[in-house]
Amino acid sequence: MLASGILGYSAETLESIAEGGAGAVVTKSVGLKPRKGYTNPTVVQVSCGLINAMGLPNPGIDEFAEEIREARTSLEVPLIVSVYGYSEEEYATVARKAVEAGADAVELNVSCPHVKETGSEIGQDLEILAKVVSKVKSTINRPVFVKLSPNVTSIADIAEVVVKAGADALTAINTVKAMAIDTETTIPILSNRVGGLSGQAIKPIALRCVYDIYERVKVPIIGCGGVTDWRDAVEFLLAGASAVQIGTAIATEGPGVFKAVSHGIEEYLKVKGFKSVKEIVGLSHRS
Amino acid sequence: MKTESQTVKAFTFKDRECAKAKPGQFLMLWIPGVDEIPLSILDASEDGTVSIAVRKVGEATQALNAKRVGEVVGVRGPFGNSFTLRKGRILMVGGGTGTVPLYFLIKRLAHQAEKSVLVLGAKTKDELLFMDEVKKTMEGERGQFVATTEDGSYGIRGLCTEPLKELLVREKFDVVYACGPERMIRKIFDLTEEYGIDFEASLERLMKCAVGLCGSCVIGKYRVCKDGPIFDSKQLKEVKEEFGVSKRDFDGKRTPI
Repeated sequence: MLASGILGYSAETLESIAEGGAGAVVTKSVGLKPRKGYTNPTVVQVSCGLINAMGLPNPGIDEFAEEIREARTSLEVPLIVSVYGYSEEEYATVARKAVEAGADAVELNVSCPHVKETGSEIGQDLEILAKVVSKVKSTINRPVFVKLSPNVTSIADIAEVVVKAGADALTAINTVKAMAIDTETTIPILSNRVGGLSGQAIKPIALRCVYDIYERVKVPIIGCGGVTDWRDAVEFLLAGASAVQIGTAIATEGPGVFKAVSHGIEEYLKVKGFKSVKEIVGLSHRS
Repeated sequence: MKTESQTVKAFTFKDRECAKAKPGQFLMLWIPGVDEIPLSILDASEDGTVSIAVRKVGEATQALNAKRVGEVVGVRGPFGNSFTLRKGRILMVGGGTGTVPLYFLIKRLAHQAEKSVLVLGAKTKDELLFMDEVKKTMEGERGQFVATTEDGSYGIRGLCTEPLKELLVREKFDVVYACGPERMIRKIFDLTEEYGIDFEASLERLMKCAVGLCGSCVIGKYRVCKDGPIFDSKQLKEVKEEFGVSKRDFDGKRTPI
């Protein structure tokens, strides 16, 4: 599925991603009110990845609801709306409006590393985090996914809290807190100074997070972080993920990356004699 | 560094990657501590030099225009696709700083085209850019140059779409290339549709990542930074509800152009 934050402003771009073979799409994170995001530079290209601090630009849920409605009528795959807020009530209100507009599920962004008082600041406070998840869960009658941050001491501890609070599935991981400094001018390149690293550089970190979480919780895990080809995806499945999300690889591989990865997984299953992808979910834990 | 008009300056620097750019491509220019902005490439050559031209319009472009020789800026690129290089009878239309990518295109096309006509439009004489070079390139039997200004201070008084219409009635062209304000491009597109001529235009949108991920620059299903910035007639038809009508603002909301 398409990872949150990538394209995902408009129904038409979500459709083009679905045409590329994505089995589900996650929108950009949307909040209660419009947000412009940060001044450029908001993205730095580094070896094996990207550092971004977009600053959660979004038109606010009331405006975005139109886009959700349009996408829901044209999309043939599940539409998951990524939601952020500054309080449990805000998360719940945005989630409710997203579902009313047609979202098939919501993914709570409690892991954005570069905006104050939301995202990972919520995700690192276990008490608030649990309240956010249970509030959203009691407000809507659609699955609630929670996207976790790797910028914590134990992601598995947090996963347990989130699942106890009612999460139906977990997405692991959001970007890894990072920065880049320009040696010529001696200043940080991102206007926000600090951002989140995505892409191939973080795959081993994401993989370990999924592995750790799988040992502790029973809900499905969606692996996310640096998936570029089928082998990456299979690694995530073996670590315990039931699905994977792809984002940064679209820059180099194009939207066709989804088809290529799915096809590669099928080939792998055939060659190795597995009947279903379910047989390999978490398989590495048995060895 | 070269002053082209009261508000436009051209900058030349060395950059190995951007020196490989093709006409129509753009780069992201970082003005440290201020902003990072997309700019059309004005020229690029094998010796590694790259040129851009910038009009003072906001904080970033003002900060850039105030730079002196030897000061440091950051460059990413080149990004996006490029104009197709055709050999037949070509017509180019530029408005304001929309001349920039066309100037690059002319340099690569003028010598191989059967006929090339350039129509440049501006508000006033001072805003007609690169006139000396353009005149030199377009002179001769196979070239033709037409200028329009809204105040009549140079060339034909009025908008560049007027002489364009006359040219399309009188002569046959294989392709029309355009760059400039989007409402102008839209009018030109409608004309080329009317006369059944291939069309390619450079579009502009808010750009952040420049690598096709963030979605800031989308028009319809296309990303201007990756699928564009050059779009042909078929693609422009697909996005005709937004083309020349609306763009996405910083918060992703659709706003009128």
